[in-house]
Amino acid sequence: MSTVVAKDRPRAAVHKFASCDGCQLALLNLGEDLLLLSSLVEFVHFAEAGQVNPEAPVDIAFVEGSISTAKDVERIQRVRARSRFLVAIGACATAGGLQALRNLADGQAWIADVYASPDYVDSLQSSTAVAQHVKVDLELWGCPVNSRQLIAAVRALLFGVAPFEEHDKVCLECKRAQVVCVMVAHGLPCMGPVTRTGCGALCPSFGRDCYACYGPAENPNTEVLGRRLEGLGLAPAAIGRCFLSINNGAPPFTEAGLRRVHEHD
Amino acid sequence: METGFLPRGRFHELLAALHRSGYRCLGPRVREGAIVYAAILVAEDLPRGARDHQAAGHYRIEQTASPRYFAWANGPQALKPIVFAPQEVLWRVRRQADGGLEFHRQTPPAERLAVIGVRACDLAALALQDRHFLGAAGDDPHYAARRAELFLVAVHCSDPSDVCFCVSTGDGPQASSGFDLALCELDSGFIVESGSDRGAVVAAELGLEAVGGDARAAAARQADAARTRQHRSLPGRDLRAALFANLEHPGWEEVAGRCLACGNCTSVCPTCFCHASVETPALDGGMSVHARAWDSCFSQGHSYIHGLTVRSDTRARYRQWLTHKLGSWHEQFGRSGCVGCGRCISWCPVGIDITEEAATVCTGVADE
Repeated sequence: MSTVVAKDRPRAAVHKFASCDGCQLALLNLGEDLLLLSSLVEFVHFAEAGQVNPEAPVDIAFVEGSISTAKDVERIQRVRARSRFLVAIGACATAGGLQALRNLADGQAWIADVYASPDYVDSLQSSTAVAQHVKVDLELWGCPVNSRQLIAAVRALLFGVAPFEEHDKVCLECKRAQVVCVMVAHGLPCMGPVTRTGCGALCPSFGRDCYACYGPAENPNTEVLGRRLEGLGLAPAAIGRCFLSINNGAPPFTEAGLRRVHEHD
Repeated sequence: METGFLPRGRFHELLAALHRSGYRCLGPRVREGAIVYAAILVAEDLPRGARDHQAAGHYRIEQTASPRYFAWANGPQALKPIVFAPQEVLWRVRRQADGGLEFHRQTPPAERLAVIGVRACDLAALALQDRHFLGAAGDDPHYAARRAELFLVAVHCSDPSDVCFCVSTGDGPQASSGFDLALCELDSGFIVESGSDRGAVVAAELGLEAVGGDARAAAARQADAARTRQHRSLPGRDLRAALFANLEHPGWEEVAGRCLACGNCTSVCPTCFCHASVETPALDGGMSVHARAWDSCFSQGHSYIHGLTVRSDTRARYRQWLTHKLGSWHEQFGRSGCVGCGRCISWCPVGIDITEEAATVCTGVADE
């Protein structure tokens, strides 16, 4: 394969905030393509791959993780100031992640319950999406994002065109894969009708229901899906949890989930 | 043309005759809880005793002791995915050393494929897809390649489901044309008709028996029962005037409130043909794969034109679907785009019923 290193390669950085590092694996798991990618783009900061230079100005910054501490709030501003094009990758960066559940609860009480010395934990009351702090040029949704999404985005940027935004409903991908609908044929509480494509309908193709890890699709009718889940026998609290999961911080899901949870009160 | 009777115990001879003629056979099988088309090698692969229970937003298979292979109405697929692939590569383009581009068309090889168990509604839908893909504007080479050697073994529908309404659209339950062979399944066996020269050739190999008077009477009773069992209907076969006179009917807003805009209806619809183009360039930028994939008028991208989404809300999208399917199809194809298969009703996750919605919006609201 050709790995001729282009002169004046665009410079890229991978920054990590509050996250599990899983989205960075979409880059590290590229295999041979990782060599090709690094011949096209110079990674000046990518701590998980051994490059550490967080303050270097770059053309493309990939940001994984949510804004969860006072230091994060400052650091994301510096990342933004040093990046031409900022790409938020994964559910933490695009919606605050699973850890945004604390926004809906007494986070300090949870910390006290879990840690022997809670005073060592210095975090904000909230976990929020990158876009709530700085301008984000592209969001890649998913928990985690996959290599195909990242490659497509990088390739589009190298061509100098706007990356294609995937925001159709999972149902469309599911039917293209000719998977039998798990909701209609098995009565499973599938979130596919309100969830964004990108995963290739992974869960339904293995016979399980989508759990919305790619976040809300465009034009999601959460109210009607909630009523359908009720028809399948789910209690309001359970329906609330369907929305208040990995992407609980995405506004359509926050709103739909809280509405169901409060029905329970 | 009626040709004779094939006793149940000799059904495998039909498969053998098709195999001898070089056909790979696809037929109904129960997979993932539904009837789907899959490879059939022997008669035992067929869903003996399976019955489907369909209602709005609901589909279940029940296993019974019936000896019948075809005592069900349909599954989520029609013939559509077989001829109009859900996603397929159309061409690849490679950048040459001199900067030029070299295009390579990717056409599927024509394959002798026999599909067993096709319903009258699916044949009507295929005829419509033929008009679209093999129309006056020239053949779509991908569709044409898959269509050319397709051998269709129809089965007259004996057990329409609760959501079927092909009587209302005039497309079933008896298959009347568009097949190579048609079967009427009785407990004892099959009355076989041929509908084409190549169908007659296969039928001639079977050494069929004469059709007895009892079998003929049972077939007639069965056909009558299949007809009278259907209770849904569209308000008419040509709803153009009624739909376009009611574009501002409050019913559109009301159904939009219940609709997920998920596109399941259009995906299972055997006549919907919309697709999107998908470009996947290689990471090094040296080549790109151009594919098409089923799209839906319920997606945002379907009505996106540079800088503008024409139909941004569900009301406009649902109205587009129904007014095209039941209205402007008449101008395009000389008939409605609905064949009464009922799939959009069963496979809608929230059970929206096209016959009810059409009846609502075609009932004019009094002018103020």
